[in-house]
Amino acid sequence: MKVGLCAKVTADTDARLKASADGSSFEVNGKVVVGPYDAFAVEEAIKTKEKFKCEVVSFTVGGGDDVVAQLRGTVLALGADKAVVVSDPALAGTDSLGVARTLAAAIKKEGCDVVFCGKQAIDDDNVQVPAMVAELLGWAQVSRIVELEIEGTDFKATRSMDGGVREVVAGSLPAVFTAERGLNTPRYPKLPAVIAAKKKPLETPDLAALGLSGGDVAAKAVTTAYGAPPERPKGRKLEGDVDTMVSELVRLLREEVKVL
Amino acid sequence: MSGILIVAEHEGGSFKKSATELLGKATQLAAALGTSVSAVVLGDAPAADLGKYGATTVYQVGGDFSSYDPAAMTDALAAAIAQAQPDVVLAPASYAGKDAIPRLAARLDTGMATECTDLRAEGGAVVGRRPLFAGKLYGDVKISGKPAIFTVRANSFSQPAAGGGAASVVAVAAEAKALTKVLERKAPSSTVADLTEADRIVSGGRSLKTAGDFDAVIRPLAASIGATVGASRAAVDAGMAHHNEQVGQTGKTVNPTLYIAMGISGAIQHLAGMRTSKVIVAVNKDPEAPIFEHATYGLVADLFEVAPKLQAAFEKALS
Ligand SMILES: Cc1cc2nc3c(=O)[nH]c(=O)nc-3n(C[C@H](O)[C@H](O)[C@H](O)COP(=O)(O)OP(=O)(O)OC[C@H]3O[C@@H](n4cnc5c(N)ncnc54)[C@H](O)[C@@H]3O)c2cc1C
Ligand SMILES: Nc1ncnc2c1ncn2[C@@H]1O[C@H](COP(=O)(O)O)[C@@H](O)[C@H]1O
Repeated sequence: MKVGLCAKVTADTDARLKASADGSSFEVNGKVVVGPYDAFAVEEAIKTKEKFKCEVVSFTVGGGDDVVAQLRGTVLALGADKAVVVSDPALAGTDSLGVARTLAAAIKKEGCDVVFCGKQAIDDDNVQVPAMVAELLGWAQVSRIVELEIEGTDFKATRSMDGGVREVVAGSLPAVFTAERGLNTPRYPKLPAVIAAKKKPLETPDLAALGLSGGDVAAKAVTTAYGAPPERPKGRKLEGDVDTMVSELVRLLREEVKVL
Repeated sequence: MSGILIVAEHEGGSFKKSATELLGKATQLAAALGTSVSAVVLGDAPAADLGKYGATTVYQVGGDFSSYDPAAMTDALAAAIAQAQPDVVLAPASYAGKDAIPRLAARLDTGMATECTDLRAEGGAVVGRRPLFAGKLYGDVKISGKPAIFTVRANSFSQPAAGGGAASVVAVAAEAKALTKVLERKAPSSTVADLTEADRIVSGGRSLKTAGDFDAVIRPLAASIGATVGASRAAVDAGMAHHNEQVGQTGKTVNPTLYIAMGISGAIQHLAGMRTSKVIVAVNKDPEAPIFEHATYGLVADLFEVAPKLQAAFEKALS
């Protein structure tokens, strides 16, 4: 058994964002973190390692010093045995499918039996990469899981769907799981582990090392025209005592915005 | 253009609201692009009825899809797409839309845009506008693969009026192979809409203090207008509401016509989940609460005083 996990290092939830004047790019102000859902994936991978006494490898597409520092300080410090960070200039403009193709190639090369991902990355909010990885590998996938049991090569997972519906699904590994909040409680890295993690292996293959070319990751979905959220019509505070405000509110909801 | 294909979801034989919403938008886009609209339906549903909302052809994949598996759904949709050859596919950003549709995009080696809140025709193609960074930034997504796939956030487009005749139904045979098996389904015993599809939401925050107060104040207020109950993370963490009810960055993203925030401060992570609501009402006793910057109507007041009066006024207004 070998466990894989996909960890994306993204801007934190309270980052400030500003689109450039021409909308061709944007600026992010804030610190970077391993995404909150990826943190659940990391914890599940470590729990699986503890159960099966097996190896955990983390995969990241897109490198840089801050990315490597984050992975060492969190994913490796928490117990992953190795990090694979794919860096290549051709990845700069890629899309989800390009990222997924890169991850799938790296996962295949390592020979993982199960891969944990976050349910979504909190920068692009794409919710695409894990399902694409599963398809490219020909594996089963179960998204937004809140419970998981693995026995041998069989699994039973509970997924959280729309409308508060939960389904228990069964299948066989290999499989990709995406983590929903509630799956587990991520632990914090301890200082000695953070220091020890500095010596853990971290590989930085380029696309060629994974048998891929720049053309394999050419984007088919391109985002342009970045801008602020659509403006809301300016609101107003109602005046008077509670009775007055309440009847005025009901009137406005009926007559002004016609939503009642 | 060989057309726009919409993925029409149904449950127990009735089409979901998203199906008609997508058909309405697809009809507008098709008119601008000089093309036609078709739909794909998996399993047993009154496919021809979709003609009333503008679908000329409905591809109906035979088989039992009542139990969901993303790989099987991908097989079925891929078979329908092979037959329909659409240039554009629109699907709802439902659980399956976010689970099976990206798998489909990988299968077809094409690009997709998730949870668009707007779609427009431009230069002979469809362009999707969508939120990024939990709605703090928006961008246009252009897709060069075929078909171009877009999933759409619920309530982004208005419901079209019914008209037109029956669609012609084309049966599609697919070998849909599930890789997982559903053992058990636990649905909450509720008749109100899911948060992500709800048209009206009443949410409560930390200010409610106890689950008892949350149940006594927020739930009946919501019930009085048939609204779905939502909650801030602080309320969920304090055990007043269920995690399924959390609205925000690490909860649900909602897009109702009416969102009523009772005693919620309006933290950026909460706003991330509800800022696209059409009308926002905020009740908060702190006039400086950030939620007021986003509220269509703000009431600076004690929610415990407002809630019963508002509930009575709603009941009277709707009776
Ligand atoms: C990574 C991360 C993810 C997060 N994800 C989410 C998320 O998904 N959803 C979410 O909601 N939060 C999320 N949060 C938490 C968020 O930052 C806020 O802490 C949370 O939204 C606050 O909830 P609240 O408004 O109920 O509580 P508070 O911020 O404590 O606000 C309570 C409000 O109630 C008002 N009030 C008190 N008593 C009354 C009364 N009697 N009548 C009227 N008004 C009253 C107060 O004036 C105050 O404005 C996240 C945080 C982090 C760091
Ligand atoms: N560049 C990346 N490197 C590693 N994992 C990624 C990357 N992008 C996405 N993922 C994984 O896929 C999940 C969903 O991402 P997304 O499809 O971008 O919302 C994330 O939570 C990660 O687990």
